[in-house]
Amino acid sequence: MLLKIEPRSEPSKTMKYMSPLIAAILMLISGLIIFTLLGKNPVEAFHAFFIEPVNDLYGIGELFIKASPLMLIGTGLAIGFRASIWNIGAEGQLAVGALFGGYIAIIFNDSNSFFILPLMILAGAAGGIVWASIPAFLKTVFNANEILVSLMLNYVAILLLALLVHGPLRDPDGYGFPQSVLFADSAILPILIEGTRFHAGVLVACAGVVIGWIFLLKSFTGFQIQVAGLAQKAASYAGFQYKKLIWIGLLSGGVTAGIAGVLEIAGPIGQLLPSVSPGYGYAAIIVAFVGRLHPGGIFLSSLLMALLYLGGESGQMNLDLPAAVTGIFQGLLLFYLLAADFLINYRIRITTPQQEAI
Amino acid sequence: MTSMKKHVLSVFILLACVAGFTLSASAEDKLKVGFVYISPVGDAGWTYQHDLGRLELEKNLGDKIVTKYIESVPEGPEAERVIRDLAKSGHDLIFTTSFGYMNPTLKVAKMFPKKYFEHSTGYKTTKNVGTYMCRFYEGRYLTGIVAGKMTKSNTLGYVAAFPIPEVIRGINAFTLGAKSVNPDIQVKVIWVNSWFDPGKEREASEALITQGADVITHHTDSTAPTLTAEEKGVYSIAYHSDMSKYGPKAHLTAATHVYGDFYTKTTQAVLDNTWKSDAVWSGIKEGSIELAPMNPVVPADVVALVEKTTKAIADGSFHPFQGPVKDQSGKVVVEAGKSLTDKDLLGMSYYVEGVLGKIPK
Repeated sequence: MLLKIEPRSEPSKTMKYMSPLIAAILMLISGLIIFTLLGKNPVEAFHAFFIEPVNDLYGIGELFIKASPLMLIGTGLAIGFRASIWNIGAEGQLAVGALFGGYIAIIFNDSNSFFILPLMILAGAAGGIVWASIPAFLKTVFNANEILVSLMLNYVAILLLALLVHGPLRDPDGYGFPQSVLFADSAILPILIEGTRFHAGVLVACAGVVIGWIFLLKSFTGFQIQVAGLAQKAASYAGFQYKKLIWIGLLSGGVTAGIAGVLEIAGPIGQLLPSVSPGYGYAAIIVAFVGRLHPGGIFLSSLLMALLYLGGESGQMNLDLPAAVTGIFQGLLLFYLLAADFLINYRIRITTPQQEAI
Repeated sequence: MTSMKKHVLSVFILLACVAGFTLSASAEDKLKVGFVYISPVGDAGWTYQHDLGRLELEKNLGDKIVTKYIESVPEGPEAERVIRDLAKSGHDLIFTTSFGYMNPTLKVAKMFPKKYFEHSTGYKTTKNVGTYMCRFYEGRYLTGIVAGKMTKSNTLGYVAAFPIPEVIRGINAFTLGAKSVNPDIQVKVIWVNSWFDPGKEREASEALITQGADVITHHTDSTAPTLTAEEKGVYSIAYHSDMSKYGPKAHLTAATHVYGDFYTKTTQAVLDNTWKSDAVWSGIKEGSIELAPMNPVVPADVVALVEKTTKAIADGSFHPFQGPVKDQSGKVVVEAGKSLTDKDLLGMSYYVEGVLGKIPK
């Protein structure tokens, strides 16, 4: 007996959109098996992991706080990914965005102006653009691989932020500890629901998803991006400027990551710290693919991803589950998604060698 | 006979109810104590020492309390949520064990004015937030004596995390300890800008050894410096935990922190309703700083000297930053007959004589 992998002549369209759902269900089933093996009651564990974190208004607010940088960055990255431009540098673009926005908040720390927050967001966007334009420039001029350049720049950006927070941006009254002053109220995003941390930045993130949707699916440039991603040669025969698309593809991720950085420091953090993201820039890549590179799907997958983070904490608190369970769930989700996609595009055929011999 | 059976049954049910009630009552009455950790517990390091303290607390007061810990909580927004969730789920006393939890702890404490919070290594206290820290520098001074006696090259290597007062204080105390027994000593410092990065810690240790250091110590969290010292055939002095099993030949001793007593006392104060917000800074005297068992290669006279100094620090007759202390430029920063105040110690931002290089700005 032999296993043969053949491409399917026409992969099912429905299944293409079903595969994240299949992956999520398989992840849950594997999760239940893991919980049982760990000696936990699977129903209780399921409750602690997926229901407990969002059973009150505060929890739902937390879900959106956690999801908003993921959905915003995920949407920005998806625009590039659709054109086969692989920006892996969102984590660094986020850090530089936070640095630029945070700098505005620190120098205007004694101002009550209404314009500080919009200025911070603009500065954050500019920071993200600056950082994303480095791989874009090197790619368009020297054809340097954008995956490597953007990835390497993450480390540079993260160290740059840490360096400045350890030095010039440090709180002068902070006993030399590496953190900035606490931002003034004018530089903090207002809380929208009393008793939660649901801040105005969540709406900014949602607006970003909608704008990304319109841009990608309704605009001519969005169409060009999709064509370029599917068939680069066809796109250039049609007269599309591939270099322009490279710039758009990378800067869209830079802008969203930079703004997400500002939303973090002006939202739940409230000051500049040596590190402002627990890896949102990387998690957003998973979010973008689980969401099928479609802003609507990215919105949903960011919520799922956020729930996994919250569930991990709740599982520790209620059931003494190890913290690593969160990482296991994320890994399972991505693994099953890739497997499902593979089986949608390819089929496995069992052939018996005897028949071939005849 | 049937009625008899019925009686027995009803009594049995009654008993079961009572038993059940008392059981659930005792579970409800127990004080819930929460711990927030920056990293996984693992088997050596900062969080491991805190967890040893938690286990001792459970051993001491286990019939009156239950403890719960959440590990690998990043500093920043996640911390606020975790601390809040602990408070909300009925934990009346919460220990947050990393510097970056300071502002999140204060924010949550404001929301729960009737609950008690203890933040480790911070400098802000409020009515229901206390702080606690060990006088790590006392252990550093003692290990400095060992290093100063054991080095042949008169060069000691120090792998350091971040240039903040706590770390600088440790470098200085270590240097003063070494110089007290060996005036020619030089201490070389490499900053790795991370609390926990085995790769960078290893590289830094190797660089220090190449530069002639034959005793390596570190203010970082991993076992990498000790492992590297063992491989290269030099000595190491570990920090946080006893790491002798990672370098049986290299590991001379370690400056370790002991939290069990503090956790027990603080929790008992909450049980007795006598808890008060305080900035606790405890050292050898209170049993918060201990040295790990000495490697047999350390000569008996050195062990005796360390023991003598330990006693002197404990009874207050000696202070590691006792004058005269000179800074790098040779200027006297602590005059003879005086010693540094806690306030000066907490804000320390200069190297003492004997440390090479400059503090990164």
